[in-house]
Amino acid sequence: MADASAEVLRLADVHKSYGDGVRTEVLHGIDLVLRKGEFAALIGPSGSGKSTLLNLIGLLDRPSGGKVFIEGRDTGGLDDAALTRLRGMRIGFVFQYHYLIPAFTALENVMMPMLVARGRPDAAMRARAASLLDRVGLAPQQDNKANALSGGQQQRVAIARALAMAPTLVLADEPTGNLDTHAADSVFALLREVNVASHTTFLIVTHDPRLAARCDRIIELVDGTIVADRPNEARR
Amino acid sequence: MTRFVPFEWIAAVRFLRDGRMQSVLIIVGVGIGVAVIVFMSALLSGLQANLIRRTLSAQAHIVVLPPEDVARPLFDPARAVPTVQKQAQRLRSIDQWQKVRERLARLPGITAISPVAAGPAFAVRGDANKSITLIGIVPEHYVRVIALDDKLVAGRLRVGAGEAVIGTELARDLGATVGDKLRVVAGSGATDTLTITGLFDLGNKGVNERNVYVGLKSAQSLLDLVGGVSSLDLAVSDIYAAETLAEAIAGETGLKAESWIRTNAQFFTALSSQRISSNVIRFFVGLSVAFGIASVLVVSVVQRAKEIGILRAMGASRGQIMRVFLLQGGIVGLLGSLLGSSLGWLFLALWRSLAKNPDGTPLFMITVEPGLFALAAGGASAVGILAALVPARRAARLDPVVAIRG
Repeated sequence: MADASAEVLRLADVHKSYGDGVRTEVLHGIDLVLRKGEFAALIGPSGSGKSTLLNLIGLLDRPSGGKVFIEGRDTGGLDDAALTRLRGMRIGFVFQYHYLIPAFTALENVMMPMLVARGRPDAAMRARAASLLDRVGLAPQQDNKANALSGGQQQRVAIARALAMAPTLVLADEPTGNLDTHAADSVFALLREVNVASHTTFLIVTHDPRLAARCDRIIELVDGTIVADRPNEARR
Repeated sequence: MTRFVPFEWIAAVRFLRDGRMQSVLIIVGVGIGVAVIVFMSALLSGLQANLIRRTLSAQAHIVVLPPEDVARPLFDPARAVPTVQKQAQRLRSIDQWQKVRERLARLPGITAISPVAAGPAFAVRGDANKSITLIGIVPEHYVRVIALDDKLVAGRLRVGAGEAVIGTELARDLGATVGDKLRVVAGSGATDTLTITGLFDLGNKGVNERNVYVGLKSAQSLLDLVGGVSSLDLAVSDIYAAETLAEAIAGETGLKAESWIRTNAQFFTALSSQRISSNVIRFFVGLSVAFGIASVLVVSVVQRAKEIGILRAMGASRGQIMRVFLLQGGIVGLLGSLLGSSLGWLFLALWRSLAKNPDGTPLFMITVEPGLFALAAGGASAVGILAALVPARRAARLDPVVAIRG
């Protein structure tokens, strides 16, 4: 399914360390390439650096060493504002605790990335948000306030929101970690469906081996180093 | 979500509506502060305007007088230490007062000039004998300095030959009224019999007892000031600038110029200190309003850290986040000031209906200027935005990674 020609993400010898006096290195020279349409799982024990890596890929944080390329573009030289813009346009986030903004309705939450990017709401924005909500099966709930939705519904809204700007890369941090098995299955199915339909690249951080087993590629991170990166033969 | 409204407005309004209880409480808090300021300002300016009006009703803003007589020793002061006795001041005319008047008329800020010939005299009627100040005026000029015509309680302001307008107290003391005769004896011995044409009440017992207005010519001949005037009474456009103007006049003409501020120095000091103390109170009320807004927004930034992080992850810039919180401060200030202005207006209406003289007339007039409300609204919005600066910067600087991880 992966398109070998289009590189969505490239990490080149990425290091990340924290602390001023005593520096603790969390990531030790990560090299990673994600191509268009890939559906990859990032697994590893707690404290292995998964979230740190995800933050670097999502341009929420800067590496201490090495380079992060998004669609071939080196992000090292970009200032904060440019990084924020690039993140808004090209990357979608789905978090474990969905984090919708409770002051807004489901539809407005989905509109939010477009609103932030364009400054003012318009009819096209509303129409796109409505069609995305329809796609995740929540058209009837579009005017509900975010906290009037169930956990599974909220995560679906979060997925619709992540897709609002038609990003090339969606980063999902334990997207089903907070859901019961049934809701988790349907949310995962939805991610897969979007991946197939629009060739959006997904990188999914998960603890759940069942979930990882349903991805095309499994990247395993242990103690800040990629110890395994293999196609999921079970699915081939 | 209304179309064409910017993201920052939408988010600011929603955040305020979402934290309804907090928002209502702080808006009420701001409102009370603004109400206190509006009420106090209106009350104070009403009170001061009233006091000044009463003080100036019987007094010119500036009185220009001839320079004082100074005794000049005839021997050489270098060879002897003289003891010079101060000279008694006689009633003198302003030298070439018509020319002085022309020069004063060219000065900016002077709205009216009235020549006055005034001096001491006695009013005699039957056995009664009262000490008075005889004031010769040209009515059409004088009323533009002191609104004597508005203060008449009987008769008319007519001071032709043999006519006089006197105060209500003097009329009572002499048992005279409009149409009665009155004999005036000046210090020089000159005497005249005048017919009372009007009674005035200038709101000041001393003035009502003492002042007798006659025509300029009558006064000149009675006071032995033929052709001359003892003072030029002025009205100015800015009463608070009267002292500066008086100094300028003194410098320009070499005459003595006394402003109402100088003649009522203690009263004026009282007014100033009242104004200063009210400004201090207003400043601190404003400060506590600002701290109230700031503290609520600081709490809101902490509460919404995750949402701010999410918005940042979605591509919201630091500037956008900052503006969302600045706007919240501004909106709280504006709504608070609207509430406060209405409350202030209500207090004033209540005060008006309660604070009355025994006869039912208001204690003093309070005029509420619409400008005061506009100022309160603008000021409170600005204070709100300023108060929001610290929390807004804090929100804008939140590291999205830290904020989302919580």
